[in-house]
Amino acid sequence: MKLTLHVWRQKSPGDRGRMARYEVQANPHMSFLEMLDVLNEELLAKGEDPIAFDHDCREGICGSCGFMINGVAHGPNKATTVCQLHMRHYRDGDVLYLEPWRARAFPVIKDLVVDRCAFDRIIAAGGYISAATGSAPDGNAVPVPKDTADASMDAAACIGCGACVAACPNASASLFTGAKITHLGVLPQGQPERYDRALRMVAQAQQELFGSCTNIGECEAVCPKEIKLEVIARMNRDFIKASWLRRK
Amino acid sequence: MTSSLFGLLYTEKFHPHPEGPFMSPAAAAQFYAAPIGKKVIVAVTGFILFGFVLGHLLGNLQVYAGPDKINAYAEFLHHNLGLLWGARLVLLASVALHITASLQLNALNNRARPVGYQRREAVESSYASRTMIWSGPIIGAFVVYHLLHFTFGAVHPDFKDLNPYHNMVAGFRQLPVSLAYVVAMVLLGQHLYHGAWSMFQTLGVSHPRYTPLLKRFAAVAAALLVAGNISIPISILLGMVS
Repeated sequence: MKLTLHVWRQKSPGDRGRMARYEVQANPHMSFLEMLDVLNEELLAKGEDPIAFDHDCREGICGSCGFMINGVAHGPNKATTVCQLHMRHYRDGDVLYLEPWRARAFPVIKDLVVDRCAFDRIIAAGGYISAATGSAPDGNAVPVPKDTADASMDAAACIGCGACVAACPNASASLFTGAKITHLGVLPQGQPERYDRALRMVAQAQQELFGSCTNIGECEAVCPKEIKLEVIARMNRDFIKASWLRRK
Repeated sequence: MTSSLFGLLYTEKFHPHPEGPFMSPAAAAQFYAAPIGKKVIVAVTGFILFGFVLGHLLGNLQVYAGPDKINAYAEFLHHNLGLLWGARLVLLASVALHITASLQLNALNNRARPVGYQRREAVESSYASRTMIWSGPIIGAFVVYHLLHFTFGAVHPDFKDLNPYHNMVAGFRQLPVSLAYVVAMVLLGQHLYHGAWSMFQTLGVSHPRYTPLLKRFAAVAAALLVAGNISIPISILLGMVS
């Protein structure tokens, strides 16, 4: 199958960047990234700079990969990272536009690679629990109800890929921040720092210049891990309560 | 012991706080400085305005019961000046806060993506939800016109104070005026279609079973509100109310 690609090419953070047109011969068994690998081999053979894109595990669990395909984060398939998207979902002659995540908080490093350190700083602001060091505590010392464990695990499925920010018309990191606040905030181990965590992580997201949520649901729709909008409601609830608790 | 609705809603068990039931001005400013704080203001004022729009419609529907009924209702509303101006002040403050906070959030959101996409496709979001920042100002402009039309009578062909029945019939017989009202009501319906459930999400109320029901309720409420409001100019134009 022959595809036409329009790819964002940007040499460096300071470069203006532009869309470049490529043609590539793919087969339906390839993953999307393998198709780009083929194109990059051809570019290298011609002495051109290959297209830079982030990737690591290529099995949909690390959160490294991701870019916009025809205006949709991670492409057209539900609950699928771009590495798990296969070329059988495309037809011969398709024209695809590949663009990096766009947000002030995610500056482009090169081509389709963006700097997502803003997410790391949100995690560092409160995405942890404090535990005593020394001998390991007994595994089941703190009982956790099944429902709670499931709710926490659903939120913890977030791989921090950034698709939620990319899909949001406001470039808001609410789904990501909400997932991290929920993941720890529902567990008994997360209670002591629950409200402080909400205040700190929300404040950090604001400082990183992410936008605000307008509840439209684009993030939930593109999330490869199907994180639900409920985590945003929970973040709001914890933030409101935390603001109330420190009302002096 | 002091108590407050806020404390009851957001704490599993309300402990009387040494600082009392209210936020200090500094804490309130800090809360408002956060995007979620501004969103809470938009949601709460939106809730108040939604309630007003509903009450306003119920009052207007009395036009179908004849001139005596609705004119008596207008008389009753204007009889108690304290209540009238109390309500007006709450509404004016709500409108001012709703607009200010929305504009501030919109400015923040615009700054969050300085370089846009060449290709963009919406996957899940509704047209109404993506255009709140446009339906809002248009409704705002309509409200100004509406006040000049039916409250001050400044742009009304034959305005009679405290005679809403006559004012409605005379006002809506003009086709362009009626059309403007219909268009404004459709936009209001769009705004509420998203806003009426969105405010709960903003305030942190979300439930896997009830939120889908709430969305359906918001859609039905918005449709009924539009239908109820639009029915008045249309029945006047058709001569069913005269």
